[in-house]
Amino acid sequence: MKTALSPRLVLAAFVALLLVAPLVLPAFYITLLNYIGLYAMVALGLVLLTGVGGLTSFGQGAFVGLGAYTTALLTTSAELPGWLGWAGGSPWLALLVGLVFTCVVAFLIGKLTLRLSGHYLPLATIAWGLSLYFLFGTMAFLGGHTGLTGIPPISVFGYELRQGEEVYYLIWLFVLAGVLTTSNLLDSREGRAIRALKGGMVMAEAMGVDTARSRMVIFILAALLACASGWLYAHMQRFVNPTPFGLHIGIEYLFMAVVGGAAHVWGALVGAGVITVLKQWLQDLLPKLFGTSGNFEVIFFGVLMVLVLHKARGGLWPILVSGFKRFIPVAAQRRAVDRDAVALPRRELPAAGSVLLEAKAVTRRFGGLLANNNMSLEVRAGEILALIGPNGAGKSTMFNQVSGVDTPTSGEVLFLGESVVGKGSRTIARMGMSRTFQHVRLLPTMSVLENVAIGAHMRGSSGVLSAAWRMERSEEARLLAEAARQIERVGLGEHMFDEAGSLALGQQRILEIARALASDPCLLLLDEPAAGLRYKEKEALGDLLRKLRAEGMGVLLVEHDMDFVMGLVDRVVVMEFGEKIAEGLPEDVQRDPAVLAAYLGGED
Amino acid sequence: MDFQIALILGQDGITNGAIYALLALALVLVFAVTRVIFIPQGEFVAYGALTLAMIGNNVFPATAWLLLGAGVAVAALDGLGALRAGQARKLPRVLAVNVGYPLAVIALLRLLPLAELGLAVQILLAMLVVVPLGPMMYRIVYQPIAEATVLVLLIVSVASHVAMVGLGLLFFGAEGYRTPPLSDARFDLGSLSISGQTIWVVAASIVLIVALALFFGRTIYGKALRATAINRNGARLMGIPPALAGKLTFLLAALIGVLSGVLISPITTIYYDSGFLIGLKGFVAAIIGGLASYPLAAFGAVLVGLLESFSSFWASAYKEVLVFTLIIPVLVWRSLTSHHVEEEE
Repeated sequence: MKTALSPRLVLAAFVALLLVAPLVLPAFYITLLNYIGLYAMVALGLVLLTGVGGLTSFGQGAFVGLGAYTTALLTTSAELPGWLGWAGGSPWLALLVGLVFTCVVAFLIGKLTLRLSGHYLPLATIAWGLSLYFLFGTMAFLGGHTGLTGIPPISVFGYELRQGEEVYYLIWLFVLAGVLTTSNLLDSREGRAIRALKGGMVMAEAMGVDTARSRMVIFILAALLACASGWLYAHMQRFVNPTPFGLHIGIEYLFMAVVGGAAHVWGALVGAGVITVLKQWLQDLLPKLFGTSGNFEVIFFGVLMVLVLHKARGGLWPILVSGFKRFIPVAAQRRAVDRDAVALPRRELPAAGSVLLEAKAVTRRFGGLLANNNMSLEVRAGEILALIGPNGAGKSTMFNQVSGVDTPTSGEVLFLGESVVGKGSRTIARMGMSRTFQHVRLLPTMSVLENVAIGAHMRGSSGVLSAAWRMERSEEARLLAEAARQIERVGLGEHMFDEAGSLALGQQRILEIARALASDPCLLLLDEPAAGLRYKEKEALGDLLRKLRAEGMGVLLVEHDMDFVMGLVDRVVVMEFGEKIAEGLPEDVQRDPAVLAAYLGGED
Repeated sequence: MDFQIALILGQDGITNGAIYALLALALVLVFAVTRVIFIPQGEFVAYGALTLAMIGNNVFPATAWLLLGAGVAVAALDGLGALRAGQARKLPRVLAVNVGYPLAVIALLRLLPLAELGLAVQILLAMLVVVPLGPMMYRIVYQPIAEATVLVLLIVSVASHVAMVGLGLLFFGAEGYRTPPLSDARFDLGSLSISGQTIWVVAASIVLIVALALFFGRTIYGKALRATAINRNGARLMGIPPALAGKLTFLLAALIGVLSGVLISPITTIYYDSGFLIGLKGFVAAIIGGLASYPLAAFGAVLVGLLESFSSFWASAYKEVLVFTLIIPVLVWRSLTSHHVEEEE
């Protein structure tokens, strides 16, 4: 058995290769590497957007154009308007202006389009990608289709980067900074919120994640990466015209991300490399083969894309990694949990017996269907209330009404004495209500630890920038320590670093309870927590809930397992056809004729 | 601008709008049944128009080779599938449909004096070549990943679009073509002169829309497609194979695409890559209809057509920008009016 390499060593070897490349390779390959670097930055943004966040943009080319044209205009224009005069002439100031400008544009476009569900966003990106491209070509001060020339080279400490191998170092510095920043970000509280986007908005919002904000963050970051790439491009080429910023290039960027492996930051580099080299090669080969000139390589790329999505949807990176590891083992990176981290502050639980949740005459109509009719219930601190009823009785709808996923047609929901109707699940979660889902909503490829840490999201506060530059490590340690504590509390300690998707369904349900507990709630909503559990596991779950009750937590439980419910809960509410048909102590409810009729069929 | 010009622009707008309406209907249909956002719709417009132009110029249309290639690929996929399932007796039919048919079409194109045929026969030939590419494309590209997310299907669509544009350049060259108008007649209504082509376009669109309405309302296959659009699993349980629904939908979409190409190519010069922008305008219309409502999509199409023709008069340089920026207020309106709870998977 060979000893495993540390990932750091692999990275160092890669950087060393990059450093010596210009010394040994001919100029042609350096130019190629420059382009790969430039494209990789844009593809990196798309990895963040598409592979991680589940959003897609075909319009990244337009953001590259924004960066390139901003710097081209600022560094070549003789007469800048007075308020912009300070930024004239210097590429570095132009980069700053370009980033700010791109940020503003991306924010506005994002505001307009990010709220839209899945497929509208990519369509909108096609639309604005085209619009911006046409604008580059039609605006007189941008030089029309001929573009702008005479862009100065970038100078670093007074040294002008004129040659390909000089600007090479700057480009790859930017690429590595981008990769590092992105992977830092993804491995943080904000990053988990971003990765949670793919698990659906309902779960993320219920854990207190502002999903609209997370989407905006990755959209702007992707735009900024593209803008920086455009800035470098403009100063490398020394001229700009609209052609390299069109929609077809935007599509090519997406191809790079998908072919490389859209879920991995390094996939962007692989994809950019493969597509750029292939393009170079095919552009030589195909016109000779077909006897006419034209961009025939797109045929090949189109077919390649379809094949990748049919046969290897994860892209090339995972294949490369597993191939590499077969020959040279690389140690897996495992998150260390710092047991000594200062515990997070805890919420003061309301006094036992005080009313936590009060639903009054809640009615929810879906067209002609009355899913909940005049439902009232009350949960107190330090009690477990079971909501039972046959399938289709409206229990889950009721859950959605009180947790803010849905808004009742009429009626009132009070949580801690405050009306929460129409408030949204994120606000309600912040007030101290947490929940699990009937259909488990986990992020299957993330570890158990990270999944539970999403629950602790709102107990941290550090933002995107501090995460990207690792200035929030003490808070991160506290969040992870809290997550680890909850995992051990529910008895999943041995699975802490396993992928959540590898757990049995029953364990996944328990994991959801740990995630809910990590948010430090005073009221816990559990949707069928015992489904799929074995006898011993059910016993352990019952013990856990009893312990939580003793600590003063309120629990609202939807469950079908009557043995489990009747031996555990304090009170029971029974629903049928959206209405409450009985309420009381478990033993009374069990004898109630209406309940017996509902479950066993009544006598007419 | 005087009234006269406004009338002419309005006529242009409605003519183009009628074609966008057809495309929008096809896009809504494809999305509803298969969840595919059918970006290559525009390529069928260009392929249809240019194949017709080739036939009119007495040139063998290279799209026929694509038909053969796609047919061979489908035969390979279906043939292997049949062999694996131990159903070798299906092979002759698979081969006849997917390889025999393209060979027959190629023979027809080789033997007939293409330029001397009437326009109607030429159009029919173009349809025989291009329309079957629709269901073949579904079989090769979409059917193996029919259960993938909308996003993956969309990326596949874009990839197919890119490949088809490249093939279009290979088949037709960079030159643009116009086909002869379906009618040279002109009708004078007061100060307005209406061309026969306009009447053809509007009438053909209306006829096609009515035919589609009858198809969906009165025929078993139409109802099967509607059922699949409403609930794929439910339809499958009722014995409607999703693959059949997909192929049928793509057949209709390709048919609509080719007809749109035939209708538009006498008005606008069509290049190998013209389809994309034409298709996208259909998309803007379809989005106005929320990718769900046919009447709203048709209304949106006329709106797009009018906006396009009037903006080409007032600000011709910004014509495309204006049309595609229209999508933004529409999307904002959509996002403000639609509030939906995420569905359980």
